[in-house]
Amino acid sequence: MTTAIDALPHDDSGSRTAELRAELAFTWRLARGLRGWFSETSHVVIARRMIVTAFVFFALGGVQALLMRIQLMRPDNHFMGPDRYDQLFTTHGSTMMFLFAVPVMQAMGVYLVPLMIGTRSVAFPRLNAYAYYTYCFGGLLLYVSLFTNTGPDTGWFAYVPLSSSQFAPGKRVDVWSQLITFTELSALSTAANLIVTILKLRAPGMALSRMPLFVWAQLVTSFMVVFAMPSVMLASMYLAMDRLVGTHFFNSAVGGDPLLWQHLFWFFGHPEVYIIFLPALGMVSSIVVTFSRRPIVGYLPMVLSLVTTAFLGFGLWVHHMFATGLPQIGQSFFTAASMMIAIPSGVQIFCWIATLARGKLVLKTPLWWVVGFVVIFVIGGLSGVMVASVPIDLQVHDTFFVVAHLHYVLIGGAVFPLLGGIHYWFPKFSGRLLSERLGRWSFAFTFIGFNLTFFPMHILGLHGMPRRIYTYRAATGFGSLNFLATLGAFVLGVGVLLVLVNVVSAAYGGQPAGDDPWQSDTLEWSVSSPPPPYVYACLPCVFGRYALWQPGPRAVVEDMDPRQRQVLVTSALDAAPDHVYMLPSHSMWPFLAALATFITIVVLLFTPWAVPLGGVLGAICLCGWFWPRPPHEPLLAEQP
Amino acid sequence: MALGLAALANACDYRRGALDPISPEALTIDILWWVFFWTSLFVLTGVLIALAFALYRGHARGKSSDTRAELTPDAALERRTERAVLAASALSVVILVALLVGSVFGGRALFRTPQAPLHAKVIAHQWWWEIQYQGKTDSDSVATANELHLPAGVPVDLELHAADVIHSLWLPNLHGKRDLIPGHTSHLVLRPTRPGRYDGHCAEFCGLQHARMELSVTVEPPEVFSRWLTEQRRPAAAPAAPDARRGAELFARGPCALCHNVVGSEASASAGPDLTHVASRPFLAAGALPNSPLNLRNWLSDPQAFKPGAQMPPTGLRADELDDLVAYLETLR
Repeated sequence: MTTAIDALPHDDSGSRTAELRAELAFTWRLARGLRGWFSETSHVVIARRMIVTAFVFFALGGVQALLMRIQLMRPDNHFMGPDRYDQLFTTHGSTMMFLFAVPVMQAMGVYLVPLMIGTRSVAFPRLNAYAYYTYCFGGLLLYVSLFTNTGPDTGWFAYVPLSSSQFAPGKRVDVWSQLITFTELSALSTAANLIVTILKLRAPGMALSRMPLFVWAQLVTSFMVVFAMPSVMLASMYLAMDRLVGTHFFNSAVGGDPLLWQHLFWFFGHPEVYIIFLPALGMVSSIVVTFSRRPIVGYLPMVLSLVTTAFLGFGLWVHHMFATGLPQIGQSFFTAASMMIAIPSGVQIFCWIATLARGKLVLKTPLWWVVGFVVIFVIGGLSGVMVASVPIDLQVHDTFFVVAHLHYVLIGGAVFPLLGGIHYWFPKFSGRLLSERLGRWSFAFTFIGFNLTFFPMHILGLHGMPRRIYTYRAATGFGSLNFLATLGAFVLGVGVLLVLVNVVSAAYGGQPAGDDPWQSDTLEWSVSSPPPPYVYACLPCVFGRYALWQPGPRAVVEDMDPRQRQVLVTSALDAAPDHVYMLPSHSMWPFLAALATFITIVVLLFTPWAVPLGGVLGAICLCGWFWPRPPHEPLLAEQP
Repeated sequence: MALGLAALANACDYRRGALDPISPEALTIDILWWVFFWTSLFVLTGVLIALAFALYRGHARGKSSDTRAELTPDAALERRTERAVLAASALSVVILVALLVGSVFGGRALFRTPQAPLHAKVIAHQWWWEIQYQGKTDSDSVATANELHLPAGVPVDLELHAADVIHSLWLPNLHGKRDLIPGHTSHLVLRPTRPGRYDGHCAEFCGLQHARMELSVTVEPPEVFSRWLTEQRRPAAAPAAPDARRGAELFARGPCALCHNVVGSEASASAGPDLTHVASRPFLAAGALPNSPLNLRNWLSDPQAFKPGAQMPPTGLRADELDDLVAYLETLR
């Protein structure tokens, strides 16, 4: 069923191709109108919405950070009181972790993975839409509660007993724990979706050993989500039950234990960092390969590093709890694990630097963001080795040193590559080029502003400034470095704003990008920009790791029925064609199911009777969702 | 000019926390910190030089040749590159293992502590520190708040409790942190060597006034410390001055006595800090204000203005009542 043809899959020459495209465009047409907006399930559309939504939350989280920096600008400041400040830092942390970083990384995966592996959609388009709406509703809940002054105020980690009903009456903590429920649902759905998509829908010939590193990173991350999320789900459920129906999981007075919360939370909380960080590494690999114009140095070590990081990532949660006084032998184990996770990260850094050194560099904006990433991330990694050491951690834990460290690894390790990725893939998303000049300026502002903001915090922490304080006395002498940090925060803000200006102005007036502005190696650059809803007119076949750099004629899959939404299922290891799979059309039910979830969870804030209510609503939605479609002829694939 | 002066004033009083160790434990951590710091600086420098070299080489090659991708690079060169990556990785493993060994031995030294002749109990509350020095009898015991006095050169065993939520005791000049967790009792042995006044702070977020939960540590020669302890054991005497007497009356009859204890008077509640020697303390309300008659009066007139969320309610006292009360409290030295 595969034949070699000379034409590229997207080549419009020839009436046969044009006819095929017309049929596919009709089969995969987007839903129209207001109703259509809510029933669309195209992965490109949903992922685009999710990326935009995540960046809206990023902006909101950024504004909260600036407000906090204004408050801390000078000692004994009266810009805001402790109640407002506590709500802001809790919402800032929760937003950046749950509503920005994880969703945006998954959204980039949902958009790019099907394109990169040469298929037309994610495996479960309706589940994908459901994941988006659940995430959206979760964010809505948090922000409605923040703007009505009932935002959660016990930190993004919500330690018990501070978050128990005795010390945190009202609905604030409940809002937080339900936000967790929404993001868990969304992240787990997307992770399952990506795993199946990556393992079963790869283009024929794209064996695991030929998969782009970005796809590897998404695969490993998705598995991490599947193993990490249940832990926090359990924890937040216990918390909700303690608060709502009077159980005593965390109440030490009657045999519960507050430390149980910390174990469950950090068993999720630490892998969460890698869930954010690994997809970013995939983006770095994509950018480095493209702009070095050569294969990556050490593909196998790179893949093994990703996998090793994922395994080790689950073995170091206790380094958040060194000050609780756990047995020493256990602490040494977690110190060792925390330090050893620097090895796979180091190996990847060395491989990228070697690739750059042996490449023919094209110094475009995306590559500058990668350079910034390497510098900042190495500093963050080294301060990470410091906090892995029990004695040093006992001093710097819960101080501004850790604030500095976590922003070096999360902004340096994830946001810089992400912004590099946005600059890299924006032409594919929109069909237009970003301004190189504005891109370099935004990078310079962000890089300088970032270091001005966060480097002084290392010193503040060592000198004794604890985290999460809304003010400090003048006599502490913390004023000058805090002033510097606030100044830096605004420079950083200008940098991010310039990125936004660049994106908006390019979206409306940028130069047309063409299909492949960077002469890249991966398959997404072989379709038009932006990709049509059916993505590939003919599914491509793959003969090497760097699909578009392979010399010789391209091959495509033929004989798939353009009148049905078909994708090709291939084997997990070698991507040998197996059978044709029919995807469902657009549907309103994922949105309605997400709405039912939202109603259930909001009612759950007030009464446990939400559980049966949710059961009924859920059953109705699932019936609608899975209602049998009109029968169609199953098309069995011929043997290849 | 003004800024410069302010900076100078800052510099005189600047605390350096963990980087100014005054105990063997803090010194161990300090040494370990500098080992990690210089090693990190070495690694960072190496990576930055490699990165700069890579950008320079790659950029030069990118300009000189055509920009088509090179799918099969020169095999010999590739092997050399891979060897360089391998060497760098091996070196980082060696460095990490060395740091790990240092860290583990440092950690052992930290908790290999001698028998402590002096015991004290620290109970963390939202948002203040209760400190008890236990004597042989109840009347020997001393209770104070937000100030810890330690004799230089004598190991002190602190028994740590939390009354409500999780707190963390952090005395950066003396030791690392130790969490105070409801339902768990823990210990921290301190061995201060250099006399002086040091700062301590709650390090675990504990609610609204986490920022105003400070602890002042005074390390003094043993004989000065014993004098202080004897002084603290002395019950409060009935005041002589008429305004202070009126204040004492007000304290005992009014809402103050519902929460506070003054040994030697009728007030004997334990919800708030013990005030038997309140006038001798450096701070009011766990670091919210420096202790002075004026600040005390301001605090009493509206506690929520200085420490919003604190457990002390608005007092609603008249101006003359405030004067009397301050006069009384100032006698509690």
